Amino acid sequence: MSVSWHVVCRSEAVIPGTGVCALVEGKQVAIFRTFKDRQLFALDNFDPIGRANVLSRGIQGSIGETLVVASPLYKQHFALATGLCLEEDVRIPVYEVREQHGLIEVAA
Amino acid sequence: MNKQRIVVVGNGMVGHKFIDNLIASDQSGQFEVITFSEEPRLAYDRVQLSKYFAGATAEDLALTNEDYYQAHGVNYVLSDKVERLDFINKEVITASGRREAYDKLVLATGSFPFVPPIPGNDQPHCLVYRTIEDLEAITKSAKQSQVGVVVGGGLLGLEAANALKQAGLSTHVVEFAPRLMAVQLDEGGGQLLRRKIEAMGVTVHTQKATTEIVAGEKCRYRMNFADGSHLETDMILFSAGIRPQDELARLCGLELGERGGIKVNNYCQTSEPDVYAIGECALWSGQIFGLVAPGYHMAKVALSHIMGGDEAFTGADMSTKLKLLGVDVASVGDAQGRTPNSKSYIYSNDVEDIYKRIVVSADGKRLLGAVMVGDAEAYGTLQQLCVNAMDLPADPNVLILPAVDGAAQLMGVDSLPDTAQICSCFDVSKGAICCAVQAGAQNMGELKASTLASTGCGGCSALVKQVMDAELTKLGVEVNNDICEHFAYSRQQLADIVRVKKIRSFSALLESHGTGHGCDVCKPAIGSILASFWNDYILEDDHIGLQDTNDIFLGNLQKDGTYSVVPRVAGGEITPEKLIVLGQVAKQFNLYTKITGGQRVDLFGAQLNDLPTIWQQLVDAGFETGHAYGKSVRTVKSCVGSTWCRYGVDDSVGLAIDIEDRYKGLRSPHKLKFAVSGCTRECAEAQSKDVGIIATEKGWNLYVCGNGGMRPRHADLFATDLDSDTLIRYIDRFLMFYVRTADRLQRTSVWLENLEGGLDYLKQVIIEDSLGLGAELEVEMQHVISRYQCEWKTTLSDPAKLKRFSHFINSDARDDNLVYVQERAQVRPAREQERISTVEVVEPALV
Repeated sequence: MSVSWHVVCRSEAVIPGTGVCALVEGKQVAIFRTFKDRQLFALDNFDPIGRANVLSRGIQGSIGETLVVASPLYKQHFALATGLCLEEDVRIPVYEVREQHGLIEVAA
Repeated sequence: MNKQRIVVVGNGMVGHKFIDNLIASDQSGQFEVITFSEEPRLAYDRVQLSKYFAGATAEDLALTNEDYYQAHGVNYVLSDKVERLDFINKEVITASGRREAYDKLVLATGSFPFVPPIPGNDQPHCLVYRTIEDLEAITKSAKQSQVGVVVGGGLLGLEAANALKQAGLSTHVVEFAPRLMAVQLDEGGGQLLRRKIEAMGVTVHTQKATTEIVAGEKCRYRMNFADGSHLETDMILFSAGIRPQDELARLCGLELGERGGIKVNNYCQTSEPDVYAIGECALWSGQIFGLVAPGYHMAKVALSHIMGGDEAFTGADMSTKLKLLGVDVASVGDAQGRTPNSKSYIYSNDVEDIYKRIVVSADGKRLLGAVMVGDAEAYGTLQQLCVNAMDLPADPNVLILPAVDGAAQLMGVDSLPDTAQICSCFDVSKGAICCAVQAGAQNMGELKASTLASTGCGGCSALVKQVMDAELTKLGVEVNNDICEHFAYSRQQLADIVRVKKIRSFSALLESHGTGHGCDVCKPAIGSILASFWNDYILEDDHIGLQDTNDIFLGNLQKDGTYSVVPRVAGGEITPEKLIVLGQVAKQFNLYTKITGGQRVDLFGAQLNDLPTIWQQLVDAGFETGHAYGKSVRTVKSCVGSTWCRYGVDDSVGLAIDIEDRYKGLRSPHKLKFAVSGCTRECAEAQSKDVGIIATEKGWNLYVCGNGGMRPRHADLFATDLDSDTLIRYIDRFLMFYVRTADRLQRTSVWLENLEGGLDYLKQVIIEDSLGLGAELEVEMQHVISRYQCEWKTTLSDPAKLKRFSHFINSDARDDNLVYVQERAQVRPAREQERISTVEVVEPALV
């Protein structure tokens, strides 16, 4: 399967510890940067439990060793790396994300 | 099987207690109950009667209501007095001629106030202090009087004196005995109490026997005393003790004591075996018990006997602890040292006005009694030592001497037997508290709910907490207040660390005191702590990742991902021009509009992209952010007050606006709501707020720690008749102390319930400045106030921050998942089935 990379924003637009939402090929993608090691992650923006496009606005953190984002609606945690929900039996899509020449790119 | 029929005559505190116990019993199905009251209402809390003057209503004092009785099948008849008992046909007959048969009859007729037989005692402004109707008459009379006299310097008399003083009257207490509270206190205690009460402006006259009440010259009446002196007054309150209400029993031939009272045995049976008497009308072993706890015990004993049990009444501990006109007073057991050969230890401190005495047995091993005035902290320990006949420490001095370094501590709760009664109002033993803790109650709130301990007068709260903590420790439950897995500290500890070490960012705190990456629990909590103490702009890069989405986008996230917009409307006062702007904005952006409980306007359904435009228009019109999204000061609700209202006594709107402007923006462990009422009618519902203020003729009454919401709690009266400066000072200190010490998401109501020492302790810290923190708390508050900014105004002036307000970082498109339908001429989010059905769909307005 061919993946194409899409530039979505400048690097500094994603402040460590926060997320943004990008529109990529008609999909809503939530992009996060951790505040400790500045790693990037990309997940689907749709919260399947609250049924709204809000995950980019969640608070990041760690539960044990797992890096997560908490839904701002009902606070379920989704693993940043896998999209697995820690509380409910659901999983959301994850996307590839990278940083090149001061720009953030998402594969979708 | 036919049900047994129980008739309860009298629906006072004890009569109701009997019925309540019956309802709670597993045998309740075998009985049918009917109760009669000559008063127009069901049982209410006479112990708290004085609160009526502080603004409590009859409903506040109610112990039950008609719905409750109906739901439990209890029949009740109000305003109809039982006038005759027919022991042969086993019937009661009322004034209206109603007849009710009984299998068992319970007399709980209570007592009536004793009015000394003084000529002239039946004049219009000569009143008593017993029922809500009496209090209404007192209030009415006080309004037409300048001077008031209370006849009787006992416990109730002093409470009545306080009521007159609060009503603004020049107040006197006239007592026949040589000292105040002659039953409970000794000479030394009585003298100190007198001194303290006189210092508050109540004049005390002891050893005065009133001979007649005649017309006065300067006042309405003149009281002439046996010693030739006299006193002029406009009203007289008789509070010279109670007499058992035994008229009915007397008429019907039940055996009475020589000086009145229905004679009962250890099972509370009268001379007729199927007739019981309980409470203040009952005479047991020559004694009448004028306190509620023994009455409750009798209710329990009588019910047990009716159900075939063998619980017995064998006397009662008459120890009391209370606050009279602000003075702590306590009395335990043989307070006057009347036991032959008993010895006393006395501690008397004229500087701090403290008097304490303990009476010990001849062999020095047992505590027989105690008196405390000015400092009653040792009451719990002393009362337990006395009631449980426990061994005294080798040197009993330590029980009353002030704690100095190296001095022995008071005895721990471990030494109490399981049978020790900790809460006398609800008869809760140490064993019962331990059981409740074992069953899962792990904080004061849960413990109170499951045992009722400490929910009556509250005097035992510190002791209950100690028993609970000791039991938790015994169970190996480490009382874990850690905020989350990333910080092994409670919110209070984290707040201390931030404050003392002057830490200004989450990453610095995580580095020095935490592990991992943090989470959605610790981040907002620490964000709030940082904001409380430093009040930096919360959307700085350093802080933004800590905030809930509500704080980041300065709006309340709704279920579909849109936000609500709530501008501040201080005190609920708004100009027509501003109202029009709100309407125009709502119309332009197609926002659902609703009035909030906090007297402002909520606009729902705003999309991220539109928030800055919406707020620009609002800020231009003079609005500020309402902080409806934050754990912060929300609203100060007010009634219209003296500027318009015919009844208002002060400008509640003006004060509400001042207060809202002062504290707006303060971040706290949970949201904070205020209200100001312009008179005692309390239209602003201040007593359901974290901070409530009610105007009085002489200033402001301050209430704290009320709550509506999930678990309603009436606010506690904290201080009375304050001038505005003192009021603001107390609120500054109160809020900062709460911000410093509360747990995450702990409302003030729960915070207070868990605060060791409770309301009294809080008063010491805030009013008496017992921790010496007052000035510091005020400075901190001043700092926060000086750094206030309207977060929306700041945001609107920073283009970089505004970029954030777009659903997509790379597109101006909007969230295509939003679907609305019309309802009652406004929009609302479509429900799941409506999204796929054919309902008319309205697109959100585009600008």
